[in-house]
Amino acid sequence: MSKNDTIETMHEKNMQQTSFRQKVVKVLVKFVVYVFLIAMAIVVLFPFYWMIISSLKSLEEYRLNIPTLWPRTVILHNYVDAFTTANLGVLFKNTMIVGIVSTILSVVITVLSAFAFARLEFKGKNTLFAALLATMMIPGELFTITNYSTVNQLGWMNTYTVLIVPFLVSVFYIYLLRQNFLQIPNELYLAAKVDGTSDLKYLWKVMVPLAMPTLISITILKMMGAWNSYIWPRLVANDEAHRMITNGLRNAFTDTTGDVNYPVQMAAVAIVSAPLFLVFIFLRKYIMSGVSRSGIKG
Amino acid sequence: MVDSKQQWKAWLYLSPAIVLLLVFTVWPIINTVRMAFLEGYSGLEAVGGASFEFGFGNFVKVVKYKKFVDCLKNTMLLCVTTVPISTFLALLIAVALNSIKPLQKILQTIFFLPYVTNSIAIGMVFSAMFNIVGLTPGSLPDTVGIVNNVIEFFGGEAINWINQGSSYTANIAVMIIYIVWNALPFKILVLLGGLQSINKQYYDAAKVDSTPRRRVFTRITVPLLSPMLAYVVITGFIGGFKEYTSIVGIFGEKMGPTGDQGRLNTMVGFIYDALKTDSQGRASAAAMILFGIILVVTLINMQVSKKRVHY
Repeated sequence: MSKNDTIETMHEKNMQQTSFRQKVVKVLVKFVVYVFLIAMAIVVLFPFYWMIISSLKSLEEYRLNIPTLWPRTVILHNYVDAFTTANLGVLFKNTMIVGIVSTILSVVITVLSAFAFARLEFKGKNTLFAALLATMMIPGELFTITNYSTVNQLGWMNTYTVLIVPFLVSVFYIYLLRQNFLQIPNELYLAAKVDGTSDLKYLWKVMVPLAMPTLISITILKMMGAWNSYIWPRLVANDEAHRMITNGLRNAFTDTTGDVNYPVQMAAVAIVSAPLFLVFIFLRKYIMSGVSRSGIKG
Repeated sequence: MVDSKQQWKAWLYLSPAIVLLLVFTVWPIINTVRMAFLEGYSGLEAVGGASFEFGFGNFVKVVKYKKFVDCLKNTMLLCVTTVPISTFLALLIAVALNSIKPLQKILQTIFFLPYVTNSIAIGMVFSAMFNIVGLTPGSLPDTVGIVNNVIEFFGGEAINWINQGSSYTANIAVMIIYIVWNALPFKILVLLGGLQSINKQYYDAAKVDSTPRRRVFTRITVPLLSPMLAYVVITGFIGGFKEYTSIVGIFGEKMGPTGDQGRLNTMVGFIYDALKTDSQGRASAAAMILFGIILVVTLINMQVSKKRVHY
C-alpha cells in the first residue's frame, strides 16, 4: 500500500517536472519568436523612418559626422523646395490624368470581356481564353520593342494617349473578374432574361455590384501601376508636359551618390510615397487580396 | 436564334479587348520574332528602305557581346542570391507570425508595407543610407551614411558601398539587401495565407503523439505549404530575371557607381539600351533569349515541384 503510494507521487512529481520544463521551453520559444519578428519589423520600417527624419533636417544637420536620430530643428521648408525643384505639381497632374482615364477605360473593357467569357456562349470561347492566358507568360519587354515602333509610327510620342492606350487590356484582370463572375449563379441571369432585362442592365445592376471587391482591387492595382510606372513613360513620353511622377522624380535628382542635397531629395521621395501609404492604410484588404493572386508588382 | 444572337453579342463585348490585344500584344510577338531573325535590323534603316537578311546573326552577335554577358552574369547573380534568401526569410517570418496571437495583425501590416512603395523612390532612400557624403581624396568625409555609422558603432570599419571606387561585391551586396527587402512582403503574404489554410487537425494529431517541434515543421508544415513555396519561388525567379528598376533606384540611369557606368546593368537594361540606339534586331534577340531563360527556369521549377510538391 505505502509502496504503491510512493510510486504514484514519484510519478506525479516527474510529470510536474516535465510540464514545468515544457512551460519554460514554450515561454523561451515565444520570446525568441517575438524578438525575431520585432527585429525584422525594425529592419523593414527603418528606411521609412530614415526617409522622414532626413526630410526634416537641415543640410548641415544631415551632414553631421554622428547622425541625429531626430531632427534638432524641424525644417518643413524642404518640402516646399522639393515641390518646386522636381516640379511635382505638373508631374502629379499628369500621373492623375493618365491613372484615372486608363483605370476607367480598363475597368470597362475588363468587365465587358469577363462577362462574355463567363456568361455568353460562342464558338472558340475556350481556345480564345487559353490563348489569352498563354500571353501572360511572355515578358513585357518582348512587347515593348515593337510597341515602341508602333506608337512612333502612329505619331503618339509625347502624348497622354501613348501612356494610356497600349496597356488598357490586362489578361490577368479579365481572368480575375471572370472567375468572380462564374461564382454568381446562372439562375439569376436566366431569371433576368425571363423578365426581359437587357444584358447590359443585368451586368450593371447585378454582376458589377456582386463583383465589387474584385473591381476595387483591380482599380487600386491599376492606379498604383500608373503611379509606379517608369520604363514605358521614360521611353515614350519624356517631355516636360507629359512626364509622369516616378520618371520625373528620378530626373529631378539624377545624382544618387556624392554630394547630394539629401533632405530635399528625401522630402520629394516622401511626397511621392505619401499617396501610396494613404491608399494602403484605407484599402489594405483589397490590395492584399488582389496581390496574393497575381504575383506582379504594381 | 438565341444562340446566334449570343455569338454576335459576345464578339461585340470582346471587340475592344481583342482590337487592343491584336495591336499591342499579338503583332509585337510576331514582329519581335521577325526582327530577331533579320540580321542587324534597325527601325531607322528599315524606314529608309534597307532590307535585311534572314539569319541567326543577331543572336550570335548578342551572345558574343561582352556587355551582354556581363548583364546576364549580373542578372543571374542577383537571381540565385535574392530568391533563396528572400524565400527563406519570408518562410521564417510567416511561420513566426502564424504562431503568435498578440501583435499578429499589426506586424503583418508592417511586413506588407514595402510592397506599396515606389521602387525608384525607396531606392533613393537606400542609396542615401549607404552613401558617403563629401568623399574627396585626402579629406575626411562629412557623413559616412547611417549603415556605416551602425557598422562603426559595432567596431567595424566604414565600407565604400556605392560611391566612386566602390567594389563590385559591395555594389551587389547593396542590391541584394534592397531586392530582398522589396521581395519579402509578397512572399510573406502568400506563405502566411498558405499556413493559415492548413487544417488544424494535423497539428492536433501531432500534439497527441507529442511529435517534436522540428519534426512537425519538416513533416507537416513544409509539405503542406509546398504549393505556395513553389509558387513563390517561380514568381521570384521570373521577377528576378526582369530586375531593372531597383538598380535605377539606387544607382540611377547610369546603372553603376560613378566612374564605372553600366557595371550593374541587367538583361532588361541591355534590351532598352539596344532599343534606344535603334538596334531593334539586337533588342529582339536579347528579349527572346530572356524569354527562353525564363521559360526554361519555370519548366525546371515546375518539374522539381511536381516531384516534391505535396498537393
